[in-house]
Amino acid sequence: MAEVLLPRKMEIPNDPSKFGSPDLLHVLAVDDSHVDRKFIERLLRVSSCKVTVVDSATRALQYLGLGVEEKSVGFQDLKVNLIMTDYSMPGMTGYELLKKIKESSAFRQVPVVIMSSENILPRIDRCLEEGAEDFLLKPVKLSDVERLRDSLMKVEDLSFTKSTQKRELETENAYPVHSQLKRAKI
Amino acid sequence: MNTTVVAQLQRQFQDYIVSLYQQGFLDNQFSELRKLQDEGTPDFVAEVVSLFFDDCSKLINTMSASLERPDNVDFKQVDSGVHQLKGSSSSVGAQRVKNVCISFKECCHVQNREGCLRCLQQVDYEYKMLKTKLQDLFNLEQQILQAGGTIPQVDIN
Repeated sequence: MAEVLLPRKMEIPNDPSKFGSPDLLHVLAVDDSHVDRKFIERLLRVSSCKVTVVDSATRALQYLGLGVEEKSVGFQDLKVNLIMTDYSMPGMTGYELLKKIKESSAFRQVPVVIMSSENILPRIDRCLEEGAEDFLLKPVKLSDVERLRDSLMKVEDLSFTKSTQKRELETENAYPVHSQLKRAKI
Repeated sequence: MNTTVVAQLQRQFQDYIVSLYQQGFLDNQFSELRKLQDEGTPDFVAEVVSLFFDDCSKLINTMSASLERPDNVDFKQVDSGVHQLKGSSSSVGAQRVKNVCISFKECCHVQNREGCLRCLQQVDYEYKMLKTKLQDLFNLEQQILQAGGTIPQVDIN
């Protein structure tokens, strides 16, 4: 009679941005208006996103570990899939925040969406030129958020598929004993 | 559940909210807010408008202070306040408040203190009026729920 050897527990990293949890995208929303923060948070939750909301560009940078006194070390595990920021904010504007994000090696790949109540073409152009993913007119619509989410999920989809394939290959090599057991069936 | 009572209350609610849209107190954005509310978040709309009314009160106070002395008006600060008020009124669908803000902004741009003071008074009046109306609306909602009914989704188009 063969001994039953239980396979070792696989260690799957707890990554909230991947499949397996209903909250697929983690969005960082930045707005100095309390009303707008509450609104955008609800829009994002309704769209099944994980949400972090902050009230200023400075706090956004702090959250990302890009603050003046902080280094990026320790924030490698922070997964933010999208940043949505208001344009006109006291202190640092959304445009300046966009620039800082695009200058950082850790977060320059994260899409940044600018929101504004004003439809000013040169402003929109400037933001897009600086690398903004999109420019949304306030009040933001649920359809805007869903559209963003869907297009970003396609990107995540591709990268997730690649990483699961890689993981499957790795586990096959990690458990040769297990596959031997499978062959020695009674 | 007394279905007649519920039906009456629902009718009352429907008529009232439609009148608010027709009279221009609310615009489509308010109905967008209502769509975001569900059984899990039954107070969402009430909470957002409450934040809006807090904003109104606070901003009106600071703008009033900025406009107080005729020889020393900080129009930039007033304009900043109006901008914020216009933004949040737009986000909740407070159409009349938003429209006053548009005129208010103009007065700031041309540095018309008298005009600004009139707009300030008007914005104060409009937000307080809306606050009363929405309180009545939320009360109707509560009555419907307490009578065991559901709140109608009203299509304003």
